[in-house]
Amino acid sequence: MTLNTLWFIFIAVLYTGFFVLEGFDFGVGILLPFLGKNDSQRRTIINSIGPHWDGNEVWLITAGGATFAAFPNWYATLFSGFYLPLFFILFGLIIRGVAFEFRSKDDNPRWRSLWDGCLFIGSLVPTILFPIVFSNLVRGVPIDANMQYVGGFFNLLNPYALLAALTITLLFILHGASFLSLKTTGEVEQRAKELVRWLWLLVALLLIIFLITSFIVTNFRERINVATVLFPVIGVAAIWIAGYFLRKGHFGRIFTMTCLTVASFVLTIFSLLYPRVMVSSLNPDWSLTIQNAASSFITLNLMTKVTLIFLPVVLLYQVWSYWVFRKRITGETDKLTY
Amino acid sequence: MDVVLLARLQFAITIIYHFFFVPLTLGLSLVVAILETIYVRTGKDVYKRMTKFWGKLLLINFAIGVVTGIVQEFQFGMSWSEYSRFVGDIFGAPLAIEALVAFFLESTFLGIWIFGWDKLSKGMHAATMWLVAIGSNISAMWILIANAFMQHPVGYTINNGRAELTDFAQVIFNLPIFSHYPHVFSAGLVTVAFFMLGISAYHLFRHNETELFKYSFRMAAIIGVIGTIAVGAIGHTQGQEINHTQPMKLASLEALFDTEDPASLSIITIKNPFTDALILDWRIPGGLSFMEYNRFTGEVKGINQLQAQYEQKYGPGNYVPPPVVLYWGFRAMVGAGMLMILVSLFALFIDLRNLYGKYPWFLKWLPLTIALPYLANSTGWIITEVGRFPWVVYELVKLEDGVSKAVTGGMLLTSLIGFILVYGLLIAATLYLMLKFAKAGPAVPADGPAEFTPSLVNPPESQ
Repeated sequence: MTLNTLWFIFIAVLYTGFFVLEGFDFGVGILLPFLGKNDSQRRTIINSIGPHWDGNEVWLITAGGATFAAFPNWYATLFSGFYLPLFFILFGLIIRGVAFEFRSKDDNPRWRSLWDGCLFIGSLVPTILFPIVFSNLVRGVPIDANMQYVGGFFNLLNPYALLAALTITLLFILHGASFLSLKTTGEVEQRAKELVRWLWLLVALLLIIFLITSFIVTNFRERINVATVLFPVIGVAAIWIAGYFLRKGHFGRIFTMTCLTVASFVLTIFSLLYPRVMVSSLNPDWSLTIQNAASSFITLNLMTKVTLIFLPVVLLYQVWSYWVFRKRITGETDKLTY
Repeated sequence: MDVVLLARLQFAITIIYHFFFVPLTLGLSLVVAILETIYVRTGKDVYKRMTKFWGKLLLINFAIGVVTGIVQEFQFGMSWSEYSRFVGDIFGAPLAIEALVAFFLESTFLGIWIFGWDKLSKGMHAATMWLVAIGSNISAMWILIANAFMQHPVGYTINNGRAELTDFAQVIFNLPIFSHYPHVFSAGLVTVAFFMLGISAYHLFRHNETELFKYSFRMAAIIGVIGTIAVGAIGHTQGQEINHTQPMKLASLEALFDTEDPASLSIITIKNPFTDALILDWRIPGGLSFMEYNRFTGEVKGINQLQAQYEQKYGPGNYVPPPVVLYWGFRAMVGAGMLMILVSLFALFIDLRNLYGKYPWFLKWLPLTIALPYLANSTGWIITEVGRFPWVVYELVKLEDGVSKAVTGGMLLTSLIGFILVYGLLIAATLYLMLKFAKAGPAVPADGPAEFTPSLVNPPESQ
């Protein structure tokens, strides 16, 4: 295995980490106005992800930094070509990030509903836009011989991308609801569980439709290998097993399964891409690949050493942080921080 | 619309805004860590209350620093993709390492610190704030390493039509970093010192929580004296380094149009912009030579000579960063710095002699000096970055060759307006919260576990 492949895998892992973790806290943010009927319920919901959202978001920052360092051409073409979607993602992440911190600092109801709104929009916008970005990577976008994106903004809003957006948004909401069913008590817990029951079948069916569409729209058929078969199968199996646990009422296991589903679908996208990183719809030879988009051997080698030393350390303390806050958030508002 | 101009404007606005919050985080996280450690060691409640009061202000500041920082990482690829393509092999590494080594650390442990008051032992809890402080400061170091490459590219070779890494040690131990990092670190100390001095003075003037705020005032005065003197001394070495690496920046900072030996130092020079006639010219003979060589002679090159040199080397074009911006930016920074040395010395004097009652006017006006470090921080970076003109990477990549090709003026204008609107909302909210909590003072001496939620704590009686 070359370092280029290794870095492709690293980046896939970073995005997988990001979507599994931030997936549920985006979902929780979207659910905030619907599951939290009064201020103390909304605070319970926010506090369930309070200690973690910032650490979760760093996965994205690290993925961005790793793409820049390991595949500068991928970073340059993707970020400049998808300028507007990325701007709106940033916009969402900004208002969302400060909303967590600012909301609780004043008890004026209008102040609070302003930041509740920011939390909702700031969670919803990236949730919709990320799948649009990633589905376009595999579907292919107009990229010329000089690695420049030559399509417009509306080129990105094709039916396949919109289907991806719908599917993933509902998946994240399900993922968030199953997280809330574990971390809260009382009415919020009941409503979250109710939502999981309602949403589960829809998400399970949409994921299958999305896979079938991917098979038609992308060049899936030419890329049948262990990874491209295994990951979709695991993803679909996981969501249907979640249905089994739903009947048994094991919500902890449902959350494990939604984690697995999110991870499998991100990995499906990356295994369909490999060894390309951005597909050109104009000419397959103009696609960006792990070779022509990559940094030099010296840089990849250096970054590999750094990652092998520090990534395990990061994983250890992040796991520890979840362990410290493993208990449910009860409705006792005097124990809430946000 | 001119894409280069819009892209520069957007970068300038977003990064100045970002750096508005960074120095306070660098300094204040350290102060809160120290305060909490003293609390753990002594068990005195006043230190716990200080930890919480200053910690709450840190959190407001930290949140906005984080979200505006994400924009920076994305922006290289979004607006400056050709730059990113050309230098990504070198420039990407420090950014990725920063995220992996430092940013994960500060974000994760800040989350644990905020929520962990009754979940961790006292010592462990204080340790998490140390990790936040260390993470923030390491983070700043990697970003400055990346910036140093733009100021003074080393450790690379041109290969495959781009700059490729040859020696990472050279990139890390690049000349500018030895003055830039200490300069930024001590600027962080100065920022937190004036932030604390101002807020403490506000309360001391009103005889509110005098014990707590006298401790804070003393701590801030000491940090202020050390920080302001350090920042100036390091700045001096930085000037000598610029003379060596970027003579054009120096000439423009001093508005030195023709080479002089010995070179005089302009304190203030004002010219009529239309006729070029001197209105005021106050100079120290040989002063600039002294600044650069530590003796009163020595050649300092002028703008005109350097422009001719550059044209010969890199072809026709404008190689002069705008002297008006650099000259006045530099004087604003240094002026603010000098004033801060005096103010912090006087603050320390008042505290050591316990003359708080004797100089109420000083306490009354001190809160206004909080603006000084912000002025110096912003102008400092403006002159550093504008002084790089017309290069993105010094003498290697020009601005117009660095900007994205796939991005149109319309897109940039959309995002620029978007950033201005959302940043405007944020600065209003941040100032509102900062003022509210700074004025309210620490929470009443409550026992029991931490409570950061103001709505659930009785607001202290304000005077």
